[in-house]
Amino acid sequence: MSAVLAIAQTEIRIGIRNRWVVLASIILFVFALLLVLLGSAPTGATKANSLTVVVASLSTLSVYLVPLIALLLSFDAIAGEIDRGTLQLTLATAVSRGQVLVGKFLGHVVVLALAVLLGYGIAGAIAYVAGGNSGLEGVMDLGRLILTSIALGATFIAIGYVASASVRQTGTAAALAVGIWLLAVVLYDLALLGGLLASSDGFFAKTLFPYLLVANPADAFRVFNMAAIDAGGLSTGLGAGGNTMPFLPQFAIISPFLWMGIALGASTLILKRVQP
Amino acid sequence: MTFVLRTDDISKNFKGVEALKNVSIDVAPGERVALLGHNGAGKTTLFRIVLGFLRSEQGSVDIGGHAPGSAAARAMVSYLPESVAFPKMLTGREVVSYYAKLKGAPKSDVPSALEKVDLMDAADRRCGTYSKGMRQRLGLAQALVGDPKLLLLDEPTSGLDPISRQRFYSLISDIADKGTAVLLSSHGLSELEAKTDRVAILRKGRLVANAPLADLQHSANLPIRIRVRSTEENVDRVHREFGGNRINGVSVEFDCAQPEKMERLSAISGLGELVKDVEVSPPSLDEIYLYFSTHEDHGRDAS
Repeated sequence: MSAVLAIAQTEIRIGIRNRWVVLASIILFVFALLLVLLGSAPTGATKANSLTVVVASLSTLSVYLVPLIALLLSFDAIAGEIDRGTLQLTLATAVSRGQVLVGKFLGHVVVLALAVLLGYGIAGAIAYVAGGNSGLEGVMDLGRLILTSIALGATFIAIGYVASASVRQTGTAAALAVGIWLLAVVLYDLALLGGLLASSDGFFAKTLFPYLLVANPADAFRVFNMAAIDAGGLSTGLGAGGNTMPFLPQFAIISPFLWMGIALGASTLILKRVQP
Repeated sequence: MTFVLRTDDISKNFKGVEALKNVSIDVAPGERVALLGHNGAGKTTLFRIVLGFLRSEQGSVDIGGHAPGSAAARAMVSYLPESVAFPKMLTGREVVSYYAKLKGAPKSDVPSALEKVDLMDAADRRCGTYSKGMRQRLGLAQALVGDPKLLLLDEPTSGLDPISRQRFYSLISDIADKGTAVLLSSHGLSELEAKTDRVAILRKGRLVANAPLADLQHSANLPIRIRVRSTEENVDRVHREFGGNRINGVSVEFDCAQPEKMERLSAISGLGELVKDVEVSPPSLDEIYLYFSTHEDHGRDAS
C-alpha cells in the first residue's frame, strides 16, 4: 500500500512541479470564462438560474476538453517510463505491476481533479457573483458537473494507459491518444448523427440510438448532466433527448465507470506482458 | 561454496539470434564480478533474465534460493540500468526516497545512501541540474537502499571521468566488503582498473572466460614488449642482436614470450654501453581483453 501511495505522491508532485496542474486549470478556466461571458448575454433575466445555464454549456465543454487533458496526462505513463529506463528500475523492486498502475492512476486523477476544481471552481464563482445568483441550486449543479468531469477524466486516464502500455515509444503513444480522442468525442458523434439522418423507419433512432449514445462514456456524461439539470430548452447537442430515453438518464453515469474498470483491467493485463 | 546468484547453462534466442548460449556463472556474497563483452554480447540480456524481465529458454537461474522475478528474489536484488533518466522535476532526495518506499526500505536508508555516493550537498536540488557523474551516482544511491544482497550494475562507469570512476570502484569495494555480491558489466578491461575479484567475458552470447584477472593474464600468455634505446651509431648492432622493429632511429622494439623475459634482459645488460635505456611493457588490459573477445576456443581452460 505504501508503494502505491509513493507512486501516486510522485505523480502528483511531478504534475504540480512541471506546471501541468496550472496549465490545465488555466485552459479549463479560460474556456469556462468565455462561456460564462457569452452565456450571460442572451439569458438576461430569465427564470432559469444563471449558474445553471453556465453549467449546461460547461458540460458540453467538458465532453471535449476533459478527455483531451486526461489523455495528454496519461499517454506517457508507461511508454515514457520505458523510454527513460525508469520502468525497469521500478519493476526491479518488489512492487507489482498492478500496484504501479493503481498508484499512477490515483496520482493522475488527483492532478486532473485539482485542475478541474480550480478551472471550473473559479469560473463558476465568477458566474455566481456576476449573475446575481442566490441559494444553492446552481452551486449543486456546478458541484455535480465538477465531480462527473473528474469521473469522465479518470475514465480517459485509464484509456490512455491502455494506449501507453501497448506501445514502446512515447511518440506512438501520443498519436494513439489523439486518435482515441478524435474517435470518442468527434467521429463517434458524427457517425451517430449520420445514422439518425439515414434511418427512415425510426428503428435506429428509437431502439438503437439511446444505447449507442451511452455506450460512449463522453456522451453518457453529457446525457447524465443534461438530465440532472433538467431545464428544458437549455439542453443542446446529442444528449438533448434525455427524457425520451428507454431508461432513466441517471443510469447513464454508469457508462464512464464501466469503461474505467475495463480500461484499468485491460492496461494491467497488457502491462503484465510488457518486457521493460 | 555459497552463492547469491547462480545461472546454470542458460540460453536465450531473439528471433533466431543467439543472445546467450550455455552461460553458467556464480556470484558469491561479497564478490565483485565484472561481466565484459562487446555491444550485443549478451550482458544486458543476462541482467534482464536475472531480474525476471525475460525468461531463458533453457537452464535455470537461482537468486539466493528463489526464482528470478519472484517477490523474494526482487527483494534481494538492486539494479542500475545502463541509461536511466530520473524525472527532472524531482530532487535527488525525492528520487532515492521514492525507490526506498517501493523497496520497503527504512527511511534512514535514504540519507545514508546519499552520503555514500557523496550527493548530500546536492540532495535537495532538482536532478535536472545534475551532471552526468552525479546522475550516475544518484542511480547508484537508488540501488543501495534496501540493503540488497545482489547489485546488478549495467555499464555503471561508461561516460564517467577517471576520478569519478576511481571513486565509484572504491565505493563498490566498500559495499562488497559488507557482504553484497556485485555483478557489473563493462565494455573493456581497462575501464575496470583491476578493481574486481573476477572477470567474466561474453563473446556472442558465450562465456569465453571466467577467472581472476591474474589468471587471465597468465593463460592469455601474450608476449612482453621490450624497447631498447641505443645511439645512432650503435642501433644497427642492437637490431642485429634482437631483431624486431627500428623506432625513431635510436630505438629497437621487439616482443618476447613470458618465460624468456629474464634471458633477454640479461642479454640486453650484457651489451653494456651500447644500451642507454630499456622499457619493458607487459600486455595491457585491453590487449588481454582483445585476446579473449576475438580468439576462438580460448579462456575456457582459465575457469
